[in-house]
Amino acid sequence: MLFVSLISTYLIYKGRSRVGPFPHETWVDPTSGHQLHAILNIPVTSASTFTLLMSSLFMVLALAAVENKGRFPMRTWWQRRLASSKLWLWATAIAGTTFLGFQAFEFTSFVHEGLSIRTNLFGSSFFTLTGFHGAHVTAGVIWLLTLLSIDYKRGLGPADSLKVDIAALYWHFVDVVWIAIFTLVYLIK
Amino acid sequence: MASTAIPTQAPPHKAAPHYEGQSGVWSWITTVDHKRIGILYLYTALTFFVIGGFEAELIRVQLQGPNRHFLSAELYNQIFTMHGTTMIFLAIMPLSAAFFNFLIPLQIGARDVAFPRLNAFSYWVYLFGGIFITLPILFQAAPNGGWFGYVPLTTRDFSQGINIDFWVIGLQVLGVSSLAAAFNFLTTIINLRAPGMTLMRMPMFTWMAFVVQFLLVLAFPVITIALVFLLFDRFFGTNFYNIHAGADPLLWQHLFWIFGHPEVYILILPAFGLVSEVLPTYSGKPLFGYPVMVYSGILIGVLGFGVWAHHMFAVGMGPIADAIFALSTMLIGIPTGVKIFNWMATMAQGSIRYTTSMLFGIALVALFTIGGISGVMHSSPPADLQQTDTYFIVAHFHYVLFGGSIMGIFAGIYHYFPKITGRLLNETLGKWHFWINFIGMNLTFFPMHFSGMLGMPRRIYTYDAGQGWDSYNLMSSIGAYMLAVATLIFIYNFFTSRKRGAIAGANPWHAGTLEWSIPSPPPEYNFAMIPNVTSRYPLWEGNETDMESARINSQEGKSAEELGIVLPYSTIKPLIVAFGLIVMFCGLITTHVLIFAGAAILVGSLYSWLCSPLEPEHH
Repeated sequence: MLFVSLISTYLIYKGRSRVGPFPHETWVDPTSGHQLHAILNIPVTSASTFTLLMSSLFMVLALAAVENKGRFPMRTWWQRRLASSKLWLWATAIAGTTFLGFQAFEFTSFVHEGLSIRTNLFGSSFFTLTGFHGAHVTAGVIWLLTLLSIDYKRGLGPADSLKVDIAALYWHFVDVVWIAIFTLVYLIK
Repeated sequence: MASTAIPTQAPPHKAAPHYEGQSGVWSWITTVDHKRIGILYLYTALTFFVIGGFEAELIRVQLQGPNRHFLSAELYNQIFTMHGTTMIFLAIMPLSAAFFNFLIPLQIGARDVAFPRLNAFSYWVYLFGGIFITLPILFQAAPNGGWFGYVPLTTRDFSQGINIDFWVIGLQVLGVSSLAAAFNFLTTIINLRAPGMTLMRMPMFTWMAFVVQFLLVLAFPVITIALVFLLFDRFFGTNFYNIHAGADPLLWQHLFWIFGHPEVYILILPAFGLVSEVLPTYSGKPLFGYPVMVYSGILIGVLGFGVWAHHMFAVGMGPIADAIFALSTMLIGIPTGVKIFNWMATMAQGSIRYTTSMLFGIALVALFTIGGISGVMHSSPPADLQQTDTYFIVAHFHYVLFGGSIMGIFAGIYHYFPKITGRLLNETLGKWHFWINFIGMNLTFFPMHFSGMLGMPRRIYTYDAGQGWDSYNLMSSIGAYMLAVATLIFIYNFFTSRKRGAIAGANPWHAGTLEWSIPSPPPEYNFAMIPNVTSRYPLWEGNETDMESARINSQEGKSAEELGIVLPYSTIKPLIVAFGLIVMFCGLITTHVLIFAGAAILVGSLYSWLCSPLEPEHH
């Protein structure tokens, strides 16, 4: 409901900003005469979206690794590597952090191009929505790193399945919210 | 039924009841026991109820007659804003929380809630948030934008002072408390029911509480966002409610009422649940139509999300929107009315005992009906255009909130005080409390139907004579003074009965549900042996196994160690996390250093809490 409210507000205010920059169209600033192009960069954001989606896959693999630890005999070295919970937890955390890196890059370049949270309705609703999402991703990354530290300290095994499953559910939720945001904010004009 | 009630073991000697476990302030500050947390909520909420009542008395002194100057217009705005905010967020919701905390584990046969430390955290956040939002009234800077804080009035452009800052931050903090508690109780009710207690065997109070937790989880994030937008606008210069930037002033109203309407069902459903425990007990027969009562409660919760814009009939949404919300509002009267009829059928042909608790329960049935009738009158947009923003609305919601929620809560207090403290409240003083309350409440609020119909607007600090309002306002004020007297009687009864009330025993009312099978007050571990439940009223309809487990569970004087029961550790960490949270928010209005200091305290103590075990290792 938190994100439903944020996304709804974004959609209500879509197209109602009085001044630019705008997400999907160019805008000529009447005071300075500068032309500001459409500020959203779909190709770059597609790459970050792909990264986040892949992180959900890595999370599934991490959970599988935890649940199945010790259950199946691993004969080859690469089977043992791929069954490592640490590997997939790191993969998820790194993919998540990469996504955050993309977001940070996007935010700073927008501010550079003249769009801040206070510029117009689009800026306020966009930065608040994606900012809240990014905060949730950050919390998720910290959660993953905590799981990793437990894994290093005493190991994560089938007894910890519920713990890791709950973290996985949270991570998938964060991903699903991003899919909604990416579709409604970036893809739909 | 009641005559074949399973006898619970009488105490071996009339010892004074006492709370098990440690004593002393530190034990209360570090408690994670749901019963103690419930008691903390009860005392704090009753204190805020008195504060909110005092604010109401100030309002009624000012409005007693035309053109009085007891309160200035500015101060009046603060007083009525705080009256509403205090009563809703700091009194009624926490009084419900007191019952959720104390009762739910006992009614479902559990030893505690699913997350005891999170439970403590919810209480401390409530306490700190409540103090935070109440403090500014001492320096006449209390929130003054109404309890509903409409923009653009509450934006920085039109409310420069810190009043609204306190309101936004305070509500944000209180929301954290409610949300955490909601997740806790949902998990508890879903996972910790005793064996044999299917959902359709749960006591009605727990059922209504269950619905309320869903409403909390779905509604509070919406007001969180509304408040985030206002906070960001006021502190960071965003444009969510900035008309100059093209913002829509209705955004706040929609977001607020999408929360606000479910909120009023959050306020009433616990009282409905309490009455559904009280009426069967004192009628000596089970609740009439249990499944229908469950389904109507669920329906009220679901439909409650579909009626919000009936608070906005006057803003010009257009005929289609108006019609849709008018229909859904009329529809929601049906499940509510069903409950009224079922309560009446519960009482019919029962052997009624007119205890104080029963009187309050019957009063809810009557007074909520009156409030519901005026409510359905508002559901017609053309009629509401005359009624909205007049005292007719004030009459309606006080009938449902005072005549409904407060009456139900008092019924619950008189009913459960013996279970909580081991002593009975004095029935004579209780009857005085009830009757002065009942007469005072009606004298205060019934005339408001008339002053409202005669056009008296809401939220005015004074009025001219000769408009036909004077006598009604005088009646309301006299009624309000009676309510103050009634409340004083109750407070006196409460505190003297704590020390000198008659010893209650496990089941003074011959009630039928699980919480009455254990001693009063309950031992720390609640149930010596988790019962196996075979019916809705185990103490009325139980078999030999139920009799045996009730006999075991009613034994007094056994400690947890003797029984081999492991209890959670007490800990100060939830309080410290709550403290970090409030310090963080204080930083927004004082110095920004505090934001980081608060965040550090919060994160540090939260990590420490998450890494420490809940209980000693099971053997």
